[in-house]
Amino acid sequence: MRKLARFFVPYLAYFVILLALVYGQTWATLALPGYMSDIVNNGIVAENTSVIFQTGLKMLGVTLLGGVFMIGVSYVATRIAAGYARRLREAVFTRVEMFSLVEFNSFSSASLITRSTNDVQQIQQVLGMMLRIALLGPFMGVGAIIKAWNLAPSMTWIMAVAIVILTSIIAVLFTIALPRFKQVQQLVDRLNLVTREFLTGLRVIRAFNREDHEEHKFDIANMDLRKVNTFVNRLLATMQPTLMLIMNVVSVAIVWVGAYEVSTNAMQVGNVLAFVQYAMQAIAAFLMISIIFVLAPRAMVSAQRIGEVLNTEPNIVDPEEPKKPNPELAGTISFQDVSFAYAGADKPVLEHISFTAKPGETTAFVGSTGSGKSTLVSLIPRFYDVTYGQVLVDGVDVRDLKLKDLHHRIGYVPQHATLFTGTIESNIKYGRPKAEPGDVRHAAEIAQASDFISKLDDKYDSMIAQGGTNVSGGQRQRLSIARALAYKPEIYIFDDSFSALDFTTDAKLRQALKAETAGKTVLIVAQRISTIMQADNIVVLEEGKVVGQGKHDELLETCDVYREIAQSQLSAQELQNAATSGELITPEIAL
Amino acid sequence: MTDAKSNNSPRQPARAGMMRPMGGGPIAMGTDRAKHFGKTMKQLFRYLRPFWLRLGIVVVFAIGSTVFTIIGPRLLGDMTNKVVDGYIATQAYDKITAQLPKGIKLPAGTTGAKLMQNLPAAELKKIPSDQRSAISKIDFSSGRPTYDFAGIAGLAGWLLAMFIVSAVFGYAQSWLMADMVQQITYRLRRDISKKIDKLPLSYFDNQPYGEVLSRVTNDVDTVGQNLNQSVTQIITSVIMIIGVAAMMLSISWQLTLIAVVVIPLSLISSLFVVKHSQRYFMNQQNTLAELNGHIEEMFSGHTVMRAFNGQGRSISRFKRLNHSLYNNAWRATFLSGLLMPITQFIGNLGFVGVAVAGGWLAIHGSVNLGDILAFVQYVSLLNQPITQAANVANVLQLAAAAAERVFEFIEEPEESPDPADSKSIEAIKGEVDFNHVVFGYTPHKNIIKDFTANVKPGMRIAIVGPTGAGKTTLVNLLMRFYDVKSGSITIDGVDTRDMRRADVRKLFGMVLQDTWLFSGTIKDNIAYGKEDAAMEEIVEAAKAAHADGFIRGLPGGYDMVLDESADNVAQGEKQLLTIARAMLADPPMLILDEATSSVDTRTEVLIQAAMDKLMHGRTSFVIAHRLSTIRGADLILVMENGNIVESGTHESLLKSKGFYADLYNSQFAGAMTDEV
Repeated sequence: MRKLARFFVPYLAYFVILLALVYGQTWATLALPGYMSDIVNNGIVAENTSVIFQTGLKMLGVTLLGGVFMIGVSYVATRIAAGYARRLREAVFTRVEMFSLVEFNSFSSASLITRSTNDVQQIQQVLGMMLRIALLGPFMGVGAIIKAWNLAPSMTWIMAVAIVILTSIIAVLFTIALPRFKQVQQLVDRLNLVTREFLTGLRVIRAFNREDHEEHKFDIANMDLRKVNTFVNRLLATMQPTLMLIMNVVSVAIVWVGAYEVSTNAMQVGNVLAFVQYAMQAIAAFLMISIIFVLAPRAMVSAQRIGEVLNTEPNIVDPEEPKKPNPELAGTISFQDVSFAYAGADKPVLEHISFTAKPGETTAFVGSTGSGKSTLVSLIPRFYDVTYGQVLVDGVDVRDLKLKDLHHRIGYVPQHATLFTGTIESNIKYGRPKAEPGDVRHAAEIAQASDFISKLDDKYDSMIAQGGTNVSGGQRQRLSIARALAYKPEIYIFDDSFSALDFTTDAKLRQALKAETAGKTVLIVAQRISTIMQADNIVVLEEGKVVGQGKHDELLETCDVYREIAQSQLSAQELQNAATSGELITPEIAL
Repeated sequence: MTDAKSNNSPRQPARAGMMRPMGGGPIAMGTDRAKHFGKTMKQLFRYLRPFWLRLGIVVVFAIGSTVFTIIGPRLLGDMTNKVVDGYIATQAYDKITAQLPKGIKLPAGTTGAKLMQNLPAAELKKIPSDQRSAISKIDFSSGRPTYDFAGIAGLAGWLLAMFIVSAVFGYAQSWLMADMVQQITYRLRRDISKKIDKLPLSYFDNQPYGEVLSRVTNDVDTVGQNLNQSVTQIITSVIMIIGVAAMMLSISWQLTLIAVVVIPLSLISSLFVVKHSQRYFMNQQNTLAELNGHIEEMFSGHTVMRAFNGQGRSISRFKRLNHSLYNNAWRATFLSGLLMPITQFIGNLGFVGVAVAGGWLAIHGSVNLGDILAFVQYVSLLNQPITQAANVANVLQLAAAAAERVFEFIEEPEESPDPADSKSIEAIKGEVDFNHVVFGYTPHKNIIKDFTANVKPGMRIAIVGPTGAGKTTLVNLLMRFYDVKSGSITIDGVDTRDMRRADVRKLFGMVLQDTWLFSGTIKDNIAYGKEDAAMEEIVEAAKAAHADGFIRGLPGGYDMVLDESADNVAQGEKQLLTIARAMLADPPMLILDEATSSVDTRTEVLIQAAMDKLMHGRTSFVIAHRLSTIRGADLILVMENGNIVESGTHESLLKSKGFYADLYNSQFAGAMTDEV
């Protein structure tokens, strides 16, 4: 909360101006009934046209002034709200951009997106309403009551009664309605869920002939929503008529009681009418104040969620005294007794991992799902920091390198190929914006992407939609490989990045890569034995531990886990072939 | 958590609730427009028709409520007049009696009228016209005149009664409307859900499901909300305008003229404001969508952005968008906020005009104070529906645009109905024949051109081909998710098109890689194909599918609830559950999808064993990835680009040296050149 208040400090001066303007607006609004009673008392009852005319002119002047104040309030308030939201949004976004995967995963990206879009928007909206409307409430309320008191202290009780009744009705309504609002939200979510399942499972539903069952499920969700919605709407529908009734009854009561006051000469007729106006203004003021109670809880939830983001310090940052990488060890990666556990987890994902990958070598990682392969390679670009041990790049602990320098050395191809909005070219040179067109084309050729790019209407200028949804999975993967190639790093990390390619493309790509990555350090994570069979060093992982390290043939002999994986993918005959002739290894037909 | 709802339709980010304009204000956004407003309204009217009686009652209540609202100020004016009359009479009495010489009393029966007759003409002129009638009524013999408190109380009583009745009517009307609108939205949703069942799968294959989802929730909601608002507003506005105009004319045509002159002013200025602020609202929506898109993209590609040192660029783009959002946002809200002060000023202009002219008319005796006060209230009552007019038009547009999307869906062409005299198969043997099958997803392009094959009972058929070769096409045809264009598929000699779709589908068990499970218990998920299954049967099926072991290890076991995406169960385990589901349903024939690399090795062994057990003795179609499955198949169907290019056994296909042989050999060649 305090974090969020800090962003308001630059607007304190504006806020003071706003208060002055609101005061002016209140003054103008409260002045009008006085002029009206003048017109009645001294103009109409006393039959003086010139008084009517002059007071009328004054009234117009005050209205004009009031309008100017109101416009001023609106101007200052919207600028504060929009400006505040702008600062807040920027703070949240830049903070998240600095997050490592540790902080990122503790929120989930979907949640971070809502926090920096929806929640900020929510606060902007509520702040705007508060400044423009709710702030006026207390001023108007106090002012109207003072004015009314000055006019006829004996009748102020009518206002008090009205306000008490009004606020208690609002309070009762909202204590009943608020939990129902939540219920409505839950039922909408439920309806969404049922519909989504209905749509995504259409084939299965039809295969099992369960259409009626799903329709029935939908009907129940639909009916539940209808019932609660009807109740809530009927509840809220009482607001308007009740409010009207209270205002009307107050008017009648004031004129009625006012008649006796006039008869004893305690009041003039015009003042009774002015009193009615003040009563209406006081009621309106309390309505405005009650808006705060409706809006505040919504904003509080959003503020809390934003506060959580701002209170999270990124724990992977540049070292205070960065060390220089050792040029003699350029491209060397070395894991020294590395263990890693996710925050809060009692079981480590990786335990006592040691290996060295040198330039010109290919190091591969295999193991079943959950064995920690992807986690292992994500320690190199410091997506996470080790819990124990050291990861060295160019002979220096990655924690002692500047993040920018570290990332410059690594061409990372993730498991899920992510592209960004832009052109194919801008995506390929995402890592090196200054890359020459020739470099871009070369990278695309190596990545086996130039064929499909040349078939597109706009070639390299073809647009990529958000998330790269307008190209196929295989094309996305190839572009993501091209992006890493155009980056020209000394280390390549391929995290299961050939999975969406068909066999021929896969073979061609790896053939071309071989020449391109000569002399570089290459790390490959894979599921298929066929992909990594030829690696210089294969690291076999099982539940976070290294259970075997060596070349394919050695591992077949010595490593049970490796043999088990190989057996599940290659037939006995093929294993036999491999053992006897050392060739003709056929994996599962990855047709 | 109500985090990022995934139902945001990509087409209309503005409708997704995620990006509402800030402040909202009195201006409804008219960015969405219906293509066929009239047609859509007619269709919407069909949904209103069953409620005609209720709608009639709503109109009656609305009229009642509004009429009392209209009469109110008039009676309150009369009440004020009585106070003023009493005031003037006592003042006059006091003035006259004060002027009388001491000790002289007016004779009994002297009235104000008599007194005035005896007054000299010059004196009489000094008495204002509207006070003369008050004075003439004074009866001096009965002492100082009193206020007509009984009359005032009477009027107050009437007013209170009327206001209460008006409130009751107003509430009754909203009460009925709320239910009616909810019933209509309920019916719209029900019709959509019924429609989902009648549409061919081709519709959903070409349409992102988020699109349909947003019609079910967002669009129907928009229709309901705006319908409620606009119907009530239109009814009350019309009554209000007519009633108030009548009352105003009955008071004074001169004053009415002044009030009416002001109306176009406020109308024009509100339209002006709406028009100008809407441009900024639209800009705001667009920049907001762009900014949110950037945030979404950067957050979902966070690792790549970090790995390629993209922070700086990402933040500078964000700042640029954020700045332009700021500029558009405050302008939009500020401009729409101008509406209030402007209309208020114009309203006051009218008020002063009426007060000045009314004062003049009062002095000349054609109206009195109460009338002026009533009139002032009428002017403000009249302003309401008129400034709302622009809003109602927008609201109707919004409702029409949303309704149109709903009706478009409801009117999509449906699947051909099942034949009236459907055939069924009593004792299934499991022989499947493809006779010159031609099929294509689009009318002009056939992907299966002429396919013939005979599958004997109990045979195992492997479907092979590269990713995206359209292996699911065959599944679609067998299950009649799609129908063949020409030729036929027969089961035990019966054309599947002569059978009811449900009967065809009953013959097949389906285990796909895309494992669809619904949110519910594991038990219910396994029993999905056999509703009345006993617990023992479910456990038995799970055991047969090698799923019993991991299920018992889960918290709650068979009663564990799978959540929406079933993230609490691994992919391979989900596939075991779908095998158990097929086991329990015990279909005579099978369609299977072998696991690929996303499943870990140990689970894969289990899946394989379970599938083998399931296929035993059944005609099975397997989308195969494993060489052993392919080699062991009785028939291999080789697919490329959606077409079945070859079929035969492993040996015969190798001998024919076609696409299959190429693929098979390229594996060997690949292994040799593959040295990376």
